[in-house]
Amino acid sequence: MTTADHELPQEGKDITLIRPSRGWVSLNLRDLWRYRELIYFFIWRDVKVRYKQTLLGAAWAIIQPVFTMVVFSIFFGNLAKIPSDDIPYPIFSYTALLPWGLFEAGISKAGNSLVASRSLITKIYFPRLVIPLASVIAGLVDFALAFIVLIGMMFYYGFSPTSSIWLLPLLLLLTLMTALGTGLWLSALNVAYRDVGYVIPFIIRLWFFLTPITYSASIVPEAFQKLYALNPMTGVVQGFRWALLGVGSPPSELLLASSIAALILLVTGALYFRRMERTFADVV
Amino acid sequence: MNQYAVRATDLGKQYRIGEMVSGYQTLRDTIADGFSRLKRLDLTRQTYETIWALKDVSFEVPPGRTMGIIGKNGAGKTTLLKILSRVTEPTSGKVEIQGRVGSLLEVGTGFHPELTGRENIYLNGAILGMKRAEIGRRFDEIVDFSEVEDFIDTPVKRYSSGMYLRLAFAVAAHLEPEILLVDEVLAVGDAEFQRKCLGKMSDVAEEGRTVFFVSHNMGAILRLTEETIVIDGGKMVMRAPTPEAVDFYMTSGLSQSGERVWYADETSASNATFTPLAIRVQNQKGEVMGQIPSNQPFYAEIEYELSQPVTGLRIGIYLSTSHGEQIFTSFDLDDNEAFENNPVRHAGRHRSRCKIPANYLNDGRYVLGMNASVYRIRSYFTDEHAITFTVDAVDVPGSHWPERRRGPLRPALEWELSDA
Repeated sequence: MTTADHELPQEGKDITLIRPSRGWVSLNLRDLWRYRELIYFFIWRDVKVRYKQTLLGAAWAIIQPVFTMVVFSIFFGNLAKIPSDDIPYPIFSYTALLPWGLFEAGISKAGNSLVASRSLITKIYFPRLVIPLASVIAGLVDFALAFIVLIGMMFYYGFSPTSSIWLLPLLLLLTLMTALGTGLWLSALNVAYRDVGYVIPFIIRLWFFLTPITYSASIVPEAFQKLYALNPMTGVVQGFRWALLGVGSPPSELLLASSIAALILLVTGALYFRRMERTFADVV
Repeated sequence: MNQYAVRATDLGKQYRIGEMVSGYQTLRDTIADGFSRLKRLDLTRQTYETIWALKDVSFEVPPGRTMGIIGKNGAGKTTLLKILSRVTEPTSGKVEIQGRVGSLLEVGTGFHPELTGRENIYLNGAILGMKRAEIGRRFDEIVDFSEVEDFIDTPVKRYSSGMYLRLAFAVAAHLEPEILLVDEVLAVGDAEFQRKCLGKMSDVAEEGRTVFFVSHNMGAILRLTEETIVIDGGKMVMRAPTPEAVDFYMTSGLSQSGERVWYADETSASNATFTPLAIRVQNQKGEVMGQIPSNQPFYAEIEYELSQPVTGLRIGIYLSTSHGEQIFTSFDLDDNEAFENNPVRHAGRHRSRCKIPANYLNDGRYVLGMNASVYRIRSYFTDEHAITFTVDAVDVPGSHWPERRRGPLRPALEWELSDA
């Protein structure tokens, strides 16, 4: 083996200082940047492995939201006749199920990600933020697959995207931020308290009904609208319906509230995560 | 400027005992604790029973030095490596490190069974801190070293445990940090593989990189390292040139005496066919003994686990003196009848026990090693320095002359005296 292409130790090389950290620590995003390739590899691994040794493979990314949409349309749309802002119930619910699916997969995967990576955490150093971050982002692939069905449905029901479609990437970012913020809180808590593993499905179920997926946000009484807007997913779902189907008025105030809520969730989640990070290897 | 690769100052690591024993708490415990303290109006922070896994450890290692770290299980060796590799934070003190650190705390960490060999090389390389371009450049070398080129596009879950280990080590060995931390990776794998790993490690050392090597295998420590740190009870007991340190460790009673138990995380590779569990020296009553009276027979006992049936497996012991002279090798199927009756060993836990007769060994310190192999097919496990024990002269033949007898054996032999 040669060392020709290897940077030999020299003056001015990296000096790492290891010492106990106290209190709230900085996010150390520089370290995260240095490990950006690892984020990529973790996403790649999650995507590659997800449907290995399954019969239907990536079709699952489509089957799940589509069947949910069918059941919702039968029970909530046809039987319970829940108002859907005058658009066909199937596309009304499917448009909401897409970002919700991304969010749901994000928090459940991220929430359990640290515990699942126990063997890595106790053996090798890398910024722990990489783990939940990669699990949240990996959901985008499923989202993209399910989105193809939405395009088909829009053709079928005769919807053409509004000029506000440029808002979609921002809405996706908002979804990822919310999922990551929640995921960071849950994953760090999960390391110390395994109760979190049981709480996650419960949180997801409650959150689902607090988000206008099966119903329209317009049925929420005016008095509660402000409180309701604090759920970032409300802004995301309303934004999706507005940008793709032209439903309602531009949800600008709603989105502002949602973005602030998501940002607070993300920043506090990241800080809490960093504070707990130093004990992960000892406790997990 | 003072040249150093690693400089540790007053390094300490404290664990809460609760953390180590129960693993994790439930939320209810924490809330309940909080309430009970509130009731008692005890607003101070909760106190826990703590232990120092490492305390006041200071050393400076120049670049290019190969350092051994030895000590009993739980002495703090792994804690030290975990601090150096930034897996865990120290509680006190600091470490300054110049250069990139790579760690081999466990071979194959981060391998995903569903991914192919090729994919795992990239994934594992990235986890170990290599850049994608770097892995790409070394890819062929890694595959060559691992000898699995025919299966490189097969998911690693279909690999034999040997192939899995070779591939995992190959990736780790081609990581090119300036400072390499190695923890007991050589405890697993067959003899051929161990030789290869040792060879690779001495290459690394010759290239002028700094290596920290933790092992229970004194042979490997002696071969690979220049200087050695002895750790006991979290404290650095000695730092000296390796032969001196090993000698101190073996003779001071710090080394494992009478029994060695392998813990799950030391033998890695969960898919291994053969897993050693323990090796011990026992007296006739079955008690583990670090000191054996020479006039009593004693037993060398090996416990192990097989994950699948193995044909032709034999378990052997090596006995040598603490100076490294070989005394004998013996296998549990040496006896012809035993050999005929035990063609296959079933999966599960087994025990092999060898009786060593009374009045056989001289007084002194001995090293017991073990081997598990199938003759000419494969060696599953070898540890030539598993445990040490001492033999005390009691009622030895010729004890009426209080002199030191030469040689490792002191058998009671029959003599005939007659007129010629």
